[in-house]
Amino acid sequence: MSDLMKDLHTEHMVINMGPSHPVTHGTVKFLVTLDGENIVDMKVDIGYLHRGFEKMCESGTWQQVIPYTDRLNYVSPLINNVGYALAVEKLIGIEVPERCQYLRVIACELSRIADHLTNVAAGGLELGAFTAFLYFVEARELVWDLIEMLCGARVTVNFVRIGGLKNDLPQGFQDKTRAVFKECRRLWNDVDKLLTKNRIFIDRVRNVGDISAEEAIAYGFTGPCLRACGIPYDVRKAQPYLVYDRMDFEVPIGETGDNFDKYLVRMEEIQQSMKIVEQALSQLPDGPINLDLPQYRMQPKEDIYHRIDSLIFHFKTVIDGIKPPPGEVYFAVEGANGELGFYLVSDGSGKPYKCRVRPPCFPLTAAMPRLMKGRLIADIVPTFDMINMIGGECDR
Amino acid sequence: MVADLIESIAKIVFVFSVNLGFFAPVLGWVERKQSAVMQDRIGANRADIFGFTAIGLFHSLADALKVLTKEDFIPTGANRFFHTLAPFICLVPAISTFVVIPFGGRYELFGHQVNLVIADLDVGILFVFALASLATYGVVLAGWSSRSNWSLLGGLRASAQMLSYEVAMGLTIIGVLIVYGSLRLTEIGALQENFFHWGIFLQPLGFVLFLTCAIAENKRVPFDMPEAESELVAGYFTEYSGLKFVMFWMAEFLEIVTISGIVTSLFFGAWHLPFVSDQELLSLFQFAGPNGAALLAMLVNVATFFAKVIFFIWLQMTIRWTLPRFRYDQVMRLCWKMLLPLSLINILITGLVVLVL
Amino acid sequence: METNVTIKKLSNRFPGAIIETHSHRGDDTAVVKKESILEICTFLRDDEALLYNFMMDLTVVDYLGREPRFEVVYHLFSLRHNRRVRIKARVSEADAIIDSIVPVWVGANWFEREAFDMYGITFKGHPEMRRILLYEGFEGHPLRKDYPIKKRQPLIGPIN
Repeated sequence: MSDLMKDLHTEHMVINMGPSHPVTHGTVKFLVTLDGENIVDMKVDIGYLHRGFEKMCESGTWQQVIPYTDRLNYVSPLINNVGYALAVEKLIGIEVPERCQYLRVIACELSRIADHLTNVAAGGLELGAFTAFLYFVEARELVWDLIEMLCGARVTVNFVRIGGLKNDLPQGFQDKTRAVFKECRRLWNDVDKLLTKNRIFIDRVRNVGDISAEEAIAYGFTGPCLRACGIPYDVRKAQPYLVYDRMDFEVPIGETGDNFDKYLVRMEEIQQSMKIVEQALSQLPDGPINLDLPQYRMQPKEDIYHRIDSLIFHFKTVIDGIKPPPGEVYFAVEGANGELGFYLVSDGSGKPYKCRVRPPCFPLTAAMPRLMKGRLIADIVPTFDMINMIGGECDR
Repeated sequence: MVADLIESIAKIVFVFSVNLGFFAPVLGWVERKQSAVMQDRIGANRADIFGFTAIGLFHSLADALKVLTKEDFIPTGANRFFHTLAPFICLVPAISTFVVIPFGGRYELFGHQVNLVIADLDVGILFVFALASLATYGVVLAGWSSRSNWSLLGGLRASAQMLSYEVAMGLTIIGVLIVYGSLRLTEIGALQENFFHWGIFLQPLGFVLFLTCAIAENKRVPFDMPEAESELVAGYFTEYSGLKFVMFWMAEFLEIVTISGIVTSLFFGAWHLPFVSDQELLSLFQFAGPNGAALLAMLVNVATFFAKVIFFIWLQMTIRWTLPRFRYDQVMRLCWKMLLPLSLINILITGLVVLVL
Repeated sequence: METNVTIKKLSNRFPGAIIETHSHRGDDTAVVKKESILEICTFLRDDEALLYNFMMDLTVVDYLGREPRFEVVYHLFSLRHNRRVRIKARVSEADAIIDSIVPVWVGANWFEREAFDMYGITFKGHPEMRRILLYEGFEGHPLRKDYPIKKRQPLIGPIN
């Protein structure tokens, strides 16, 4: 036998997985070296969705960045909107009214629900559980219905403004939310039954893609992937922004950091986010949603049409852009995938001098070779899904 | 002589038209509708003829038209001969297996013995296995001749998986063979006239094991490792298009029917209605005269058989749309460490019980 | 949260390497000499009172017309003390090279590649210094302020 093995000519098989492959969500390439079914080496190639986000931001005014942020993590655009607006507000040194803060929390959490639903659904789909996929996609549709009701768009929302919001809560939003969440919880239970105790599903995700907490920190993991390793770091708890300190919610953590823990963390976060939205809706105070600072936040349209000072401010902020004082800030919010940070540099002009976004899934994707070496090719599927790389955010 | 010939031709035409003309296209529709019902969707309902959609049934027709007009693509560097041959090797066994499956009993019609099976082979069940193992070659050839890494991996997985499960599947039915003492499917069917002699009661473990192995042999979710679309794109038929692709697809659907047919024959009383013996059935139709009674009994039996087949098709579809996919090594472990020992235990227990009784 | 702990410790430990510090809008910032970046990062990570175990973000700002032209910006976060700090190192255009911090935080790998890709700053000691978001064969570094925004480059064919 050993003689045979010596004479037998064997070589590793190099396979290009992607950029057009069912598991890569369209925009990433794995150069996998295989020994049979085992992964010997793996290189990750990103950048297929690079659009020059920063360069675009630098060429427009501060307000014009907001639609671009929709396209970062296009599964949870509202969180990106809020993160950017909060960073600019920190740069200027202003704080939005309380009602606006509550509405932003609601918007963020709806987005988070939609993101986690999509992620878990896609995970099921890629493991062949198509039914679980469609249950959660239905739930996501319902959440998107809510988002559509809130801001008029389902995906590219462009809802948050610097110093306020595009509009207030629409009529009947509370009732609609109650109905949607009831349905979401039913679908959540269905998927829980289909996957969480399913032996095949557990076998596929348990002990795959696991990483120790120390290593995860060194790689820069944040969000559900870090929490799955047992580290309860959540920006909403660690450095509360908006009104998260008034919300009663828990941060679920895992133990081993494997894909099953990531899945469980996400499933639990869906429940927690629904709880937050319900609390925020019940505590929602009355009051204005926009700051009364015409040099930063546009006045109501009636004023612009009828008052000369409002018209002048409108003209100045639209043509020149708002002008934050020179300086630099870094502001992080808890995105659906982890810490979503904005690093802004202002030179006092109407355009951002630098608008850097810290994409949470960028370091996560970078750790793919570490997670996959020595595993089977089939393990790429659940691992890459639970990493939840979003092309728009990773490649910018 | 002429009557025999007519009988044979009639049976062949019947079986093939039912399989190719009814099951193959309708299963495509059933799979879509079944999954849609399970997933809170409407399902296929867009293809129409003059505004009539016929609850989506025309989709099979539209599919057929579409594949006929598709380019027959052979990748550069592929072995043209084997690339073309592979789908035929897959499809032909899938079609032919049904010839040994009885879809009715024996009837005395106009003084002529009618036996509702195309080929009443005395090695019936072995013939099924022989043909099933041929299908492996088609899959492996398809994977190898496409000159694509994905196809090659799919072909490798398929060969390992199908060979392993053939072993387990062969062992699972030995219990049945011990109990009925025959390899001839018509005989096994005839012996299940009494409801409590159905295979499911005599061989419950054997049934579960056989169904599992059969689904694995057919490479459907949760055992669809060879095609695992999220890992291997489409596995061994990645590089196929048009009619050749449909041949793989049809082979898969026909194998669902075949599996259901075998399960029905071995474990679910073949063409028999529960609690109604052949004699009672005939006496029930006494009013129509001897020939009419036989004819009616035959119709009832055939309908019973196909109703059971359809039930098992439904069962397989439900399994397919409920479970996620295994990983390759888990499938092999399941086969060699679970199914194989269990089937051996099954044989042992069956043998002991038969010996004692 | 008491501010400036980090900056105080840094100034005491590396008196010669800190060029300037500020805490604009509560963000502790230290501008350090680029030669000592590796040493400072190791200190920030390992010192018991600091424990900056997260390398959250790494980017570059191009101050065209200023000398040195580039600022490499590191955002660090300490999980234990729930504290953030921003470290900046100035790099001139003529000598656009700085020590890689991959030995300190392995997660910095891709961030440094991106900085190289977008600004053309080389990180010494990086295991794989090549472009990440743009394709091999792209000319120039697009986030530099002197790269015209409307400039088009033909996409060359795939490189194998």
